[in-house]
Amino acid sequence: MQVRSPEFKESARIALTDANLQKALGNLKAGFPAKRATAAARLPEFEALRDQARDLKNHIIEHLDLYLEEFERNVTANGGTVHWCRTAEDARQTILQICREQGAKTVTKGKSMVTEEIGLNEYLEKQGIEPVETDLGEYILQLRQDHPSHIVAPAIHLTLDDVADAFHEHHKRPRSEDPAVLMQEAREMLRKKFVSADVGITGANFLIAETGSTIICTNEGNGDLTQTLPKTHVVVSSIEKVVPTLEDMTLFLRLLARSATGQEFTVYNTLSTGPRRPGDTDGPENFHVVLVDNGRSEMVGSEFQEMLRCIRCSACMNHCPVYGAVGGQTYGWVYPGPMGSVLTPQMVGIEQAGLLPNASTFCGKCEEVCPVRIPLPKLMRHWRDKEYEKHLSPAAVRYGLKFWAFFAKRPGLYRLLSASSNRFLRLMAGKKGRATRLPLAGGWTDHRDIPAPSGKTFMQQWQEQNR
Amino acid sequence: MSKAEIFNRIRAGLHVAKDDEVRRQAVRNRLQAKASNIIPKRAQLPTAEMMSLFLEMATESAAEVIELSGRNELAQAVENWLSVNGIDHLVTANDSNLTELSWSTDTTLIRERRPAQVGDEASLTNAFCAIAETGTVMLYSGEHSPTTLNFLPDCHLIVVSASTLVGPYEDAWSRLREKFPESMPRTVNLITGPSRSADIEQRLQMGAHGPRRLIIFMLHDE
Ligand code: SF4
Repeated sequence: MQVRSPEFKESARIALTDANLQKALGNLKAGFPAKRATAAARLPEFEALRDQARDLKNHIIEHLDLYLEEFERNVTANGGTVHWCRTAEDARQTILQICREQGAKTVTKGKSMVTEEIGLNEYLEKQGIEPVETDLGEYILQLRQDHPSHIVAPAIHLTLDDVADAFHEHHKRPRSEDPAVLMQEAREMLRKKFVSADVGITGANFLIAETGSTIICTNEGNGDLTQTLPKTHVVVSSIEKVVPTLEDMTLFLRLLARSATGQEFTVYNTLSTGPRRPGDTDGPENFHVVLVDNGRSEMVGSEFQEMLRCIRCSACMNHCPVYGAVGGQTYGWVYPGPMGSVLTPQMVGIEQAGLLPNASTFCGKCEEVCPVRIPLPKLMRHWRDKEYEKHLSPAAVRYGLKFWAFFAKRPGLYRLLSASSNRFLRLMAGKKGRATRLPLAGGWTDHRDIPAPSGKTFMQQWQEQNR
Repeated sequence: MSKAEIFNRIRAGLHVAKDDEVRRQAVRNRLQAKASNIIPKRAQLPTAEMMSLFLEMATESAAEVIELSGRNELAQAVENWLSVNGIDHLVTANDSNLTELSWSTDTTLIRERRPAQVGDEASLTNAFCAIAETGTVMLYSGEHSPTTLNFLPDCHLIVVSASTLVGPYEDAWSRLREKFPESMPRTVNLITGPSRSADIEQRLQMGAHGPRRLIIFMLHDE
C-alpha cells in the first residue's frame, strides 16, 4: 500500500469537511465507547485483568524467541509448517510460493491486518492469483478498491449509501438500502467463492506455544469457512502474537472482545492445529503458518518495546478525538489512530510518518482504555523527540521551540511576554470570548475557535497563591 | 536465514545469550504449569447457578435454547422445531448419539450423515461441553464431527448435555486436555450465538456467513 502519511495535514483538512465521512464517523463515536464501558463495568475483575495482561505480555516479550521456538516445534509436530519472514517482501514471496505449489487460482481471505501491512492482495493479483476478501467490511472495500480505515471495523468510513452503490454496481441487482438485504447479497456471492477457492488465508489473534495452535476471533464465520473449505490453510501472523498456554490466551480473550466491540465474547473463537487428521471428513489437508517480523524484532529493547504488547483491539482509536474527527484513512497507511501513530513510523520510517505522532491532543484517553496499558502518548512523544533530533520537523516548529526556549530561560522576559500575549488573545476574541482567527495559527482556527484566556497567566496565579 | 536473523535481533534487544538457562527454565515452568490467570467470580459458581448463568448468557448472545429432560425427547423436539420452521432436510454428524435416536418413521424429514454443503438448511451436532461464563458451546473436529456442519447450514442445532457444563473457559481446556492428552484436534470451536456483522454503518445484522440461527437443545438429565 502506498504511504500517504506525509499528506496528513491536507487529508485531515479534506476529511473534516467531508459530510459523508463525518456522518460515518458519528456511528463510531455513538457506538464503541459506550459499549466498551458497559462491558468493562459488568466484569468487576476488568482492571485487574488488564494489569495481569500487561505483565504477561512483558514476560512474553522478554522470552519471545523461546516461546516462538516452542510454537514452531508444536506446529511441526502436528503436521504443519512454519515459515519465518523478516521482511514484507519475504512474506509475500513465501505466500506466493505456497499458492503456486497448490496451483492456486483463487484465494479466499479472512480479515487480516498483517496481510494489509505486507500488501498481499495487490501482489497476488499481479501474479495472476485472485484474492477474495470474505469479511463483509473487507469485501465492500475490495469492490471499491479501497483500504481499511479501522483495524476491527474496516469499512467504518462508509455509509449505507456507499455500500448500496457498490453492490448495485458489482452485483447487477436492484439497488437496495436495507443493510439486511445487502448482507444477504454478499453472503450469496461469497458462498461460491468459499467452495471454489484453492487456498484460504486467515490472520491469527494469538499463537499458542503449548499446542502449536492459532486462533481467530470473528463474528461473521467467514474466517471459518475460509480456513475449512479449501485444501490449504495459510495463517499469516506477526511474531509478537505468541502466548504460552491456552490459559494465557484466555486472559487476553476476556479482554479482547470487551475492549473492541463491547461484546462479552466474540461469536466464533476458533483454534486451528495442523492439517486435518486421519479420519476427518473435512478441513484443510495442508497447514502453513507464515510468521512476519517486518520491524518488530527491532522494537525489542528499544523505547518502543511496549508497543509489542498490542492485541489489536482498536479501543485506542475508538476513543481518540483525532481519529474520531478525521477517520482512519487520513493516517495514510495501514494502522490508524494512536496505535498507528506509534507503529507506522517504525514500519515505513519516521521520515514519511513524522506527522502522525504529532497528530495527537495528548489527552491520554488511548492509554486509559488500552487493555494492555500501553503508554501510547509517551511512545508518540519518543517519536517526536526522534523526529526533532533528526531535524525532520518543519523549520517553523524547530524555530518556534528555540524561540520559546530563549524566553523560558529568561523568566523576566517570559512573564512579560506571556502576560502580553494573554492580553493579545483577549483582544482578538472580543466580547464573545472566542477568537475565530489568529495570525500564524490558521490550521487551528479554520475549524474551531480558540477560547480567550480568562484572567491571569499561570505564573501570575502561582505567585498569588503561594504568597 | 530469516529465523536466525529474527532471533538474533530479539536476543540482542534483550541483551541475552542464546543458551541462557534461566530464561529457558522460566519458559519451561510456565508451559508446564499451565496456571490459570484471574478467573472472574462470575464463572465460579455452584452447579445450579451455573446452569442459569449459561441459559441467561446464551440467550443474550441470541442463541435460542430449548430445554429437555433427556435424550429420549430429542428426536421429537428436533422434528418439531424443523417442521415449525418449514425445514424438511437435516444433516447430522455421523455420531451414534445423534443417529440412533427414536426418529419418527412417518415423516417427510430427510436425514443425511455427512459434512455440510452449500445450500444445507439445518445441521445437528453434539457439543463437547458448554461454558457458563459467556453462554458458549465448545465443539471439536473429528471423524464424527465435521467442522463444516457448524458453519455452512442456515440453522445450527446443537445438543448440550447438562453434565458437560463448566463455569469458566479454564475448565473446558482441562476437559479437552483430558480427552486429547497428546495433541489438539484440527479444529476447536468456541461458539457464542449465531453469526452476525455490523460492518454496514455499525448496524447489527444477524446471519452474516455462518448460521443465521443457533438452537441449543439442553438435556438436563444427561
Ligand atoms: S494499542 Fe492498546 S488499545 Fe490500541 S489497539 Fe493495541 S491493545 Fe488495543
